[in-house]
Formats: sequence, structure tokens, C-alpha cells
Amino acid sequence: MISSVKIIYRAWLTCWHMLTNCKYFWPAVLSVGFAFCLAASVFEFLDLYLQLILIYVGINIILAVSLNLINGYMGEFSIGHAGFMAVGAYVASLLTVYVLPPGTSSVFFPLAILAGGVGAALIGFLVAIPSFKTRGDYLAIVTLAFGMIVKSVLENIDAIGGPRGLLGMEKLTTLPWVFFWTALSVWVIRNLVYSNFGRGILSIREDETASDLMSVNTRQVKMIAFVVSSFFAGIAGGLFAHALQFINPRMFDILKSTDILIMVYLGGIASISGSIIGAVIYTILLEIMRPLGVWRMVFMPLLLVLLMIYRPRGIMGLREARLFMPLRDVVTEKFWRREDKGADDATP
Amino acid sequence: MMPLLEISRLTHRFAGLCAVSDFNLAVEPQELIGIIGPNGAGKTTVFNLITGVYRASEGSIKLEGEELVGKTSHAITTSGIARTFQNIRLFKELSVLDNVRIAHYGQIAYSPAEALLHIGRFRTEEKRIVTQALDLLAVFKLDQSAHEKAKILPYGLQRRLEIARALATNPKLLLLDEPAAGMNPNEITKLMDLIRWIRKTFFVTIILIEHQMRLVMNICERLVVLDFGMTIAKRMPSEIQINPKVLEAYLGEEVAL
Repeated sequence: MISSVKIIYRAWLTCWHMLTNCKYFWPAVLSVGFAFCLAASVFEFLDLYLQLILIYVGINIILAVSLNLINGYMGEFSIGHAGFMAVGAYVASLLTVYVLPPGTSSVFFPLAILAGGVGAALIGFLVAIPSFKTRGDYLAIVTLAFGMIVKSVLENIDAIGGPRGLLGMEKLTTLPWVFFWTALSVWVIRNLVYSNFGRGILSIREDETASDLMSVNTRQVKMIAFVVSSFFAGIAGGLFAHALQFINPRMFDILKSTDILIMVYLGGIASISGSIIGAVIYTILLEIMRPLGVWRMVFMPLLLVLLMIYRPRGIMGLREARLFMPLRDVVTEKFWRREDKGADDATP
Repeated sequence: MMPLLEISRLTHRFAGLCAVSDFNLAVEPQELIGIIGPNGAGKTTVFNLITGVYRASEGSIKLEGEELVGKTSHAITTSGIARTFQNIRLFKELSVLDNVRIAHYGQIAYSPAEALLHIGRFRTEEKRIVTQALDLLAVFKLDQSAHEKAKILPYGLQRRLEIARALATNPKLLLLDEPAAGMNPNEITKLMDLIRWIRKTFFVTIILIEHQMRLVMNICERLVVLDFGMTIAKRMPSEIQINPKVLEAYLGEEVAL
């Protein structure tokens, strides 16, 4: 009985690996996913509420995956992620509301989002500079301060609404767009992680001095990590603003940053699949618990406490689903393990 | 012929404490030099100064005529100096292969943009890095555990991996900081063979810090003895053994009883 279960499991695993090792697996999954999102938003076979939840899931995935680059892969602790998001949200919204000619905003929407990302990346560039000198808890304080600065700056510029916020955005964030940006950000961040720059990021987490002495340009690496991470936070911010059609500085305070942190640590650090799982679970659980009213904020933290007791490293914690590794890495691994090349006997 | 490494009048102070004072050393290519001295003599500080962990208070360090003082550690490593550490400092949570691949950072020829999109030179470069790293691991007989985390390797292999990782940066000069620490006599014999073999195979110059006299006396061609930051002797191993200053530093002054 048990052996037959084993055989079925093994067969299933082999099939699964064959499927995922196929070159066309991801393109196929992505096109099906995109088609589904497009159909859902055009024919509205998912009601608007469900669509909105899916949009939030996508935005949260972008936020969690990008924050994981700094908190998970690089091992620093950034609490200012919502600040980058705010920059992206405001830049993109100002573009679509004031700058772009009326009526064309839906055409230039991707450019506005991109501009939001670039704006956030520029700020990320600035935040990276203190990270050359400070580490750990101290860098956390720096990012916390940065989040506060962004919030109070936005609150004090009356031209963009000040504390009242900014409105007038059209509802441009549709499910297909969110799918596109989510897939893009996950793909790009995965690419970065599986390059030598990404390994540099990991080595900073392990031992910064040693990595510097192993020829890793730690400043360049930190710069890349912060710029890429804040770029995608900005993208998420732009999408968020055009989904909600209203933003104000209070939305991007420390509580928002904490939300993103929870998703990252729930899913597990240094794992893209973990961040995706974390973002999906957190967003959906919060929605499911909505009928609980105020009790929601009792049960949700309780769940987190339980999770941290039973899975202290999050759901995936430093592990990665094979699915998210580049095919090349998976294949090299198999290739090398099978070949069993004997060592040169000349080595002492 | 120009020396590979030329250190002159190197001095380093930690606040008031003079950790290294007036250290001079000229290293010819392919030499194997040992630095010995009692604990706290400033041996590791010399390594830290050469590799840019500390910035020298005074003096100059030249690699093939190029000044190194003031350069960052990664620039120094890229220009050809690699080192290992007294207490092993591997990237513990990363795989053995990744440990070696990271050391190729100074040589990658693709830009961050190419890495983000996996385009252009990325593929060929990554392939080159993987192949080189795996070849190096095979030579060091570590290829069987290439995909294991570095922390699960036994102690001896961790030391080996650290040397392999240092060699992956393609150095001209290899600095070994107490490579035999924590090894038994049998392992030390093997390590001596390994060090000789590395010098022959990778054409590197080696400077090593060691307390194990058997290792130092057997493989080093020249020794530098440090005590309280001062160079007290620079000789062949056989001469060092009878040098009264060295004996004094290690054993204390002779007193008439």
C-alpha cells in the first residue's frame, strides 16, 4: 500500500519535473494567466470585488518580492518600503492627473507607472548611501527615518493635496496590467538573484567583510539592491494609486511598511516563492476575516505568532521552489550530479 | 627584477597602540614566505593592511609597482591579492559552488542591466563562471559536495574550500592566515603538500601566518618574525631557530640561575 503511494508520488514528481524543466513551461503559464486576467476584466466573469482582491494580491506580491531583496537576500532590515511606494504612487498619479493631456492617460499609463518606478529608484539610490556605513539595526533606523521624511514632505506640499491627499486618477489599474507588472518584477528580481550580482547580495548577508575580500564590490551591490527594490516598490505604488483612485500620505506610513514586512517574513526570507505565498496568504486571509470586524486585528496577529512559533523561518525560509530557479541552474545541477567526474589524483 | 609585493615602512596604530611598526618586506614572484611571532604580534594586522581592511597609518604597499594603500578591499583583491582567514569565514548558508562563484565577482564582464534581464553577455559569462568554479572544485576534490551548504562540510574541507575560494579570484599573491589552525599532525602533513602543490600549479606567491613550527620550518623559504609590531628577524628558517631574539620573544629572556 505504502509502496504504491510512493510509486505514484515518484511518477507524479518525475512528470512535474519534466513539465517544469520544459523550456516552454513558463511562457505557457504566463500566457494562460494573462489571457485569464484579460478575459476576467473584459467579460467581467469575475465580479469587481474579486478583481480588486486579485489586484491587491498582485501589488502585494510586487511589494513583498522587492522588499525580500533587501531584508531577505541582503540580510538588512528596511522599514521604509512604504516610502518608496509613496514616491511611486505620487509621481505616477501626478503624471496621469496633471501632466498628461486629458484622455490620453490610459495610453500613457505604463509610462506613468514606469516613471513612478524610476522616481522611487532615484530615492532608493539616495537611501543606499547610508547603507555603506551602517548595518543592521542602525540601517533600520535610517530607513524608518526615511519613511517618516517622505510622509511629512508629502503632507506639507499643498500643491499635491497635502494631508488631504490626491484624487482624480482614473481607474487605470486593471487585472491584466497588474499581472504584467507582477510577472515582470518577479522575473527581473529572480534574474538578479541568480546572477553574480545576486550572489554578491547573498554574500553581504553572510559576511560583508569576507565578501569584500573576495572581490565583491559591496557598494555597487548595495546600490543595485536598493535601486531595484525601490524601483519595484514605486511600480507597486503607481498601480495601487490607480486601483484605489485616491491616495494620501497616511496610507504610506509605518503600518504599511509593517504589512509588507509581515508578508516577507510570513513567506520566508530569501525566497521568491515564499514572498509570493506570503503575499497571497496575507491578502486573502485579511479579506476572509473581514466579517470578523475589529476581531480581525486580533486573529491575524495571533496567526502570525503561531506561525513564528511553529515555523520560525516563515513558510519557505531560505528555500526556493525549483520552479523559480532558472532552468540553467536546475539543469547544471542534474548534469553535474550525474556525471560524477573523478578528481585529478595529483591533488594532495 | 621588480618584486611582486613591496612593503616599506608600514606602520599602523590603533589609537595609541602601535600594532605594526616599520614593517618592510619585498616578496619575489613564486616565493613562499612565513610570518611567525607570538600572539598579538601584529601578524594578522599586516594581512589586514595589505588587503585594505585597515588603512595603514604610514608607509606604502606596492603590488607590481602599483600603490595599494587607500584602495578598497575589493579593488585590491581584483588586482591580485587573495586571502583566507584565521577563523574560517565562508558564506555558510550558501552552497559550496556559490562560495566559489562569488569570488569571480571581480571578473564578471556583464553589466547589472544584462544581469537583470539575462541577456547579452550574461549567458556565456555565467557558463564560463560555472565551468571554472566546478573545475576548481574538482581539482580540490570538493565537487562531490558542490551543491551542499558550506556549513555542513567537515572542518578540514572548509579550510580547503576557503583556499579554493581565494584562488577563484585569480590571485598573484595568496595570503594564508593560520591555515593549519585546529589540524592534527596528519592533516598538517597533507596541508604542507597542498600548499606546495598550489604554488606549483597556480603559479602563486604565498605568504602565510602560522604557529605550527613544523609546517613553517618545512615549507617556507624565508621567515619574518614579529613581536609587538616590530620585525625582530628576517632569515632562512634554519637561522631563525637559533636567533636569540626570536628565542627571547617566544620563550622569554634567559636568566642566570
